[in-house]
Amino acid sequence: MNPVGTNLEEIMDRYPGEPEYLIFLLQDIQSSYGYISPESMQRVCDRTGVPLTRAYSVATFYQSFRLDPKGEHEIKVCLGTACHLKGGQRLVDELERRLHVEAGGTTEDMRFTLNTVNCLGACAISPVMVVDDEYHPSMSVKKMDRELKRLRHEGEKEVGNV
Amino acid sequence: MSDSTAAKLQTPWRLTSPGDLETLRNDIIESQDPNRPTIVVCHGNGCLAGGGAKVAEAFRQGLSDAGINAKLMPGVKTTGCQGLCSRGPLVTIQPHGFCYQRVQPGDAAEIIEKSVMATEPVERLMHRDTKTGEVFHTEEEIPFYRLQERRVIQKIGKIDPTDITDAIATGAYSSLAKVLSTMTPQEVVLEMEKSGLRGRGGAGFPTGRKWRSALQAIEKKGRPVYVVVNGDEGDPGAFMDGAIMEGDPHAVLEGLIIGAYALGAEKGYLYVRAEYPMAIKHLEMAMAQARSYGLMGENILNSGFSFDARINRGAGAFVCGESTALFTSIEGKAGNPRPKYVRSVEEGLWGRPTVLNNVETWANIPLIMGMGGEEYAKIGVPHSTGTKVFCLVGKVENVGLVEVPMGTPMTRIVEDIGGGVGGGKPFKAVQTGGPSGGCIPYSLKDTPVDFDSLTKVGSMMGSGAMIVMDETDCVVDVGRYFLKFLEEESCGKCIPCRLGLSRMREILDNFSQGKGSAADIEDLTSLSNALKDGALCALGSSAPNPVLTTIRYFKDEYLAHVEDHKCPAGVCKSLITFAIDPEKCNGCMSCARNCPAECITGKKKEPHAIDASQCLRCGICLETCKFDAIFVS
Amino acid sequence: MEKITFQINDREVEARPGWTVLETAREYGIEIPTLCFHEAVLPSGACRLCMVEIKDGDWSKLVASCIYPAAKGINVYTETERVSNVRRWIFEMLLAQVPASPEIADLAARYGVTRTRFPVKDPEEMCMLCGLCQRVCEEVVGLSAISTVDRGVHKRVGAPFLRPSDVCVACGCCVNICPTGAMRALFDSIRGETKTTLTQLTA
Repeated sequence: MNPVGTNLEEIMDRYPGEPEYLIFLLQDIQSSYGYISPESMQRVCDRTGVPLTRAYSVATFYQSFRLDPKGEHEIKVCLGTACHLKGGQRLVDELERRLHVEAGGTTEDMRFTLNTVNCLGACAISPVMVVDDEYHPSMSVKKMDRELKRLRHEGEKEVGNV
Repeated sequence: MSDSTAAKLQTPWRLTSPGDLETLRNDIIESQDPNRPTIVVCHGNGCLAGGGAKVAEAFRQGLSDAGINAKLMPGVKTTGCQGLCSRGPLVTIQPHGFCYQRVQPGDAAEIIEKSVMATEPVERLMHRDTKTGEVFHTEEEIPFYRLQERRVIQKIGKIDPTDITDAIATGAYSSLAKVLSTMTPQEVVLEMEKSGLRGRGGAGFPTGRKWRSALQAIEKKGRPVYVVVNGDEGDPGAFMDGAIMEGDPHAVLEGLIIGAYALGAEKGYLYVRAEYPMAIKHLEMAMAQARSYGLMGENILNSGFSFDARINRGAGAFVCGESTALFTSIEGKAGNPRPKYVRSVEEGLWGRPTVLNNVETWANIPLIMGMGGEEYAKIGVPHSTGTKVFCLVGKVENVGLVEVPMGTPMTRIVEDIGGGVGGGKPFKAVQTGGPSGGCIPYSLKDTPVDFDSLTKVGSMMGSGAMIVMDETDCVVDVGRYFLKFLEEESCGKCIPCRLGLSRMREILDNFSQGKGSAADIEDLTSLSNALKDGALCALGSSAPNPVLTTIRYFKDEYLAHVEDHKCPAGVCKSLITFAIDPEKCNGCMSCARNCPAECITGKKKEPHAIDASQCLRCGICLETCKFDAIFVS
Repeated sequence: MEKITFQINDREVEARPGWTVLETAREYGIEIPTLCFHEAVLPSGACRLCMVEIKDGDWSKLVASCIYPAAKGINVYTETERVSNVRRWIFEMLLAQVPASPEIADLAARYGVTRTRFPVKDPEEMCMLCGLCQRVCEEVVGLSAISTVDRGVHKRVGAPFLRPSDVCVACGCCVNICPTGAMRALFDSIRGETKTTLTQLTA
């Protein structure tokens, strides 16, 4: 998850060491590493002068922060109103059953993280599923199955190549 | 950036007077050949998700295959949301205005050949009325667009939002130039008061009055004062603010700078929802370009007025749309609403006087300054002036971005512009105002859509989501949906909201399972009132609205759940059964193969049957059956 | 300093500048129930038990008296139908949420609420998230060893990463200020390596 060249100190230098930049720093760590480790959170506190309690409180308050590593693929299902009316919850139910994981969690093999999101503003193509930032419009359980199969197969191929 | 503009882009020059802006604008317009064909590809959220980027690429490739240098002529231009999202990806060919829908990369060559190199329409890709079969060639002809009054979103879908010259060519920043060179800050506030503009974020507080009280607060407390854009559009089903930020970021910036001038603010903040990365990107580009042209930053247009702003990305919390929670979030803290009876204009961000308006409100300001407050006030109805942008979504033919004058009857928006629910059936209800709003039944279809009329029928304007529901949507289920949404989004600080939302949802959970009684409906109403009166912020106090309005208008449906143990809409899982019509089933076995519970049995080419005791009611069989043989009862 | 004159339950009262409606009411012995209020820390308006109704002709609204500033000429009512409705539901919900707290049961009973229509989730639960522990630690002790974690229905009190915190000096202020006794049970999960024990503190 850690792209080459992005280290923690480089992120720290992007903003002044003021408490108001706490969320900025956590966001940048989240997007570079996929999650916020206790060590990186401590580093942010040292940099901004914010007590660890407050940083932890902030990191758990906002939905976009994760405190544990993400799976190889992130599947997000939109549960905006339009997606709900067109069966978004059913997609979540079926994904939970197929992946043996609850929404918000990551599979034991670290292959998939399943998340829900409240309205992506793409209501015209509801229900929407997003896999690793790629939008899948007008999803059905059948199409979801196909996508899941493709992702699993892809992984196996990669393993085979090693 | 449109390819042709990019090809001859001059280095930005720092504009030092309104005259400079006018000269630049004329230069840009002169450099453009009005007869030059341009392929305008929608890159709004919906169209991009449907493959809009691949379509644009196919056009570029197609032009190059046809031996035309795409960088020169004609150009491919990408824009924000063109509006009719349900028929995306959308492509318009200028100057003829041919409107193409559901365009796939494979269609590019034919469109180039017929509509770019010649002027022939490709009718198979044009808007066709689902009822009459009539084909419409241009936006001006399509009822969805023809019946709208696009002012705030007029440029969205027309201009390239990443290219400031495209915006300037259509008049961007001319209101700012006018304000800085001919108006005093007091006059700007007066113009705002005359316009009658009310905040587009939900509650509808008069913007001019807000600015006036900010001036009074500044008199008492002095400066600094801050101006803030609330771009934390969280209502599910609402994407108009996102579309404005993505499609015409300069309109928001121009409004913000004008507001800053009126209040004497030197610093502004744009708080944008994390789920809108493209809006953030376009705003950042717009700000950088505005700075390099001298339209933002030090000494704007040599007027002596300086202003700059920064973007704060949201981190995923609906409650941050609440003004005081938004301030605490900008300050780097958890977005808990402030427990204070002090107005933000007196004590807002960093404890200073602050004016916070939502995206659409800010985007209205250049219009008001351009035409004058009095002229603006003639649009719409007396106590709700101007237009409103809505997101028409749900069970409606034309899903998309709609702008109409305030006071337009609901039915005109849903039926005439939106094309109704399809199949000629009436809609069941329209939900406005998101989780804080209510469900308006078909019987009130002529309700004028303005702040006061919507409040009168128990709903509210909210930010502008309009969710159309049909007979297959259950009001108990919709109530549960919104409560569950708010349970997750509540900050959890006050007891009525943190505990009350869950308890209300549990009562509805029971209803959805056929449990409960009419007395529970009474309790639900009473508990709802306790939340309305007791919650700390608007998230909690408005949360009961969806439930209260559905009890008011659809009480029979509630009673059907608790007394007859039936879900008339066929949604609540515990109250429905799936069955197969043996007359229609031809034994294709598709449902049996896909059933996760493996409870569908039958031989090939013979009617199948569902074992109701094992059935999960997931509905996959219904989705897979091509013969309409599965029914819900 | 000029006093602020207004009415509570049709009785004229005087407040000093800066006082809240709750402070004024208490000065006059007018009873308003509270849970998240404590003189030692800033009011937070979280429990909403102190709601009162302000009336002006036909217009009226409910406000939290612990944070509503006393203002000249306002008419405050502490026992209206709307006020009782809010209180009743808060008590009913608390009885189901924190059934293990006798303090809550006593207070509810004083306002006539002895049963709840809601099922009990956790019979051991005592914390109702008034936030006093966090505020006393931050504002009085000056340490911020505890905070609220997560949000909405998942909100709870804890130390970072829900591990014992070395920042905590086991002063016990949070245990003392806790109105329900919940902190007693939570204390060990918050303090890290310390020299004092809870028995020493509360003895």
